[in-house]
Amino acid sequence: MALIGALSVEISQMLLVLLLAPLLTGFVRKAKARLLRRQGPPLLQPYRDLIRLARKEAVVAHSASWLFRFVPYLVFAATWVAAALVPTFATGLLFSWSADLIAIIALLGSARFFLALAGMDVGTSFGGIGSSREAMFATLAEPAMIMIVFTLALVAGSTQLSTMAGFMTSPAVGLRVSLGMALIALVIVALAENGRIPVDNPATHLELTMVHEAMVLEYSGRHLALIELASWLKLLLYVSLISCVFAPWGIAHEGKGLTAHAIGVLAYFGKLAVAGLLLALFETTIAKMRVFRVPDFVGVALMLGFLAVLLRFVSGSL
Amino acid sequence: MKGLSFDLAHLLAGGLVLVSFMLLYQNRLYSLLNVFALQAVVLALSVAWQAYVQGAPHLYVTAAIAIVFKAMVIPIALHRIIARLGIHREVEIVGSLGPTMIAGMGLVALSMVVMLRVTADADPLAREDLAFALSVVMLGLLMMVTRRNAVSQVVGFMSLENGLILAATGAKGMPLVVEISVAFSVLVAFIVIGVFLFRIRERFDTVDVQALDQFQGGRR
Repeated sequence: MALIGALSVEISQMLLVLLLAPLLTGFVRKAKARLLRRQGPPLLQPYRDLIRLARKEAVVAHSASWLFRFVPYLVFAATWVAAALVPTFATGLLFSWSADLIAIIALLGSARFFLALAGMDVGTSFGGIGSSREAMFATLAEPAMIMIVFTLALVAGSTQLSTMAGFMTSPAVGLRVSLGMALIALVIVALAENGRIPVDNPATHLELTMVHEAMVLEYSGRHLALIELASWLKLLLYVSLISCVFAPWGIAHEGKGLTAHAIGVLAYFGKLAVAGLLLALFETTIAKMRVFRVPDFVGVALMLGFLAVLLRFVSGSL
Repeated sequence: MKGLSFDLAHLLAGGLVLVSFMLLYQNRLYSLLNVFALQAVVLALSVAWQAYVQGAPHLYVTAAIAIVFKAMVIPIALHRIIARLGIHREVEIVGSLGPTMIAGMGLVALSMVVMLRVTADADPLAREDLAFALSVVMLGLLMMVTRRNAVSQVVGFMSLENGLILAATGAKGMPLVVEISVAFSVLVAFIVIGVFLFRIRERFDTVDVQALDQFQGGRR
């Protein structure tokens, strides 16, 4: 019976993240447009884009290898599995016991690796630029992420997200400077990983500035639909991760009844809306950085991560 | 001991180390001065909290000295010096930011390892304060080494002195006489350095201390 419960929570969560990811992106776009006093596209536009792309013919370059056709499915699958591991409205997910936060980073890292390979596969210059820039940012963002995980694991005593969420709601947390640093670092990493504004502009197709768009420039049709959906899922994943670790209020704990889960879903919607609004606000108030300034920005996250681990080490050893 | 008082002291002292890193990160002189004033404010808060926890009223005087001299008088005077020297638009960092940051991390880790070993049987609040104070001192030294501009070297020196004050408060405070004389000696040092800055500028037309290296006489 417990197994069936856990399984149903897991399956409903996997479907929920898949269905909500385009909505979150649409919401952020709408909020940004409203902040600029534009009307903006309707909330459901990302779904329509997906359907349109899925109906279109997929054009593949002559010089593309098998890797090029294979990568969209792989990227999508890895991102979806990673998103299924982060507790959104309930902890105690069935899959979450087989993989922890480090596994999530590894899944996202392999997705990025294959996407960068596919960017270089066709041999156009834009794909190469996008891949090399993505790799440059990743060399700083991934160690920063690992440092954040170390901090959280040292504080909560586990790399398991469900345990972490449980610990964060308990009064044992106290006032910790390490957690504040880890939060700021995690937000910076999330902005860099999702190609949001100070690092990369998700709405641009200007050749000199794009990173993610340059890598996927050669894709079309259902391949592009999968890659877009994967990038939206990644945004949802990071929002869920931040809200699960740093704002786990209302999340339904393992073995609670149906009402707790309903409250959890409502709280999750609320958190997504708040995060989307904050992201839109942040993106409209800040300008995009030059590409070679980005390592400084992501380096701040790395430094904060290091410092958080060191401070946690000091307060832990006393 | 592991209560709110320790957590808050940890927060403030950790914030001081963080602000030291922010100092290393700045490459504009005015923002450098603003961050330095912020560091003084954090130091004052930290000292005031220690005064409250330890029940030592004379530490409040230390906090007040930090606020008045380090957060107001010295930054404002340095602002004026920079404006008079006309160097407010200069951007300077020796080497790139990455290695400096990594070196700073290494120094912080080193000072924590050293201090936590040495002070094994002291009060936890004092141990933690000493460890962070040594890191702030180290970061101040690092800043003096990596900067070429004489004004930023002065700021590095002053932030080093902030670390010393933190160490002193952690060790149950120093006598008030020592406290005040240290504050005034820093002020005197600041005045002397200010005079020197103008002398350097008069002689070499710049406050970039690398220009001084060429005037070492017959050694090369």
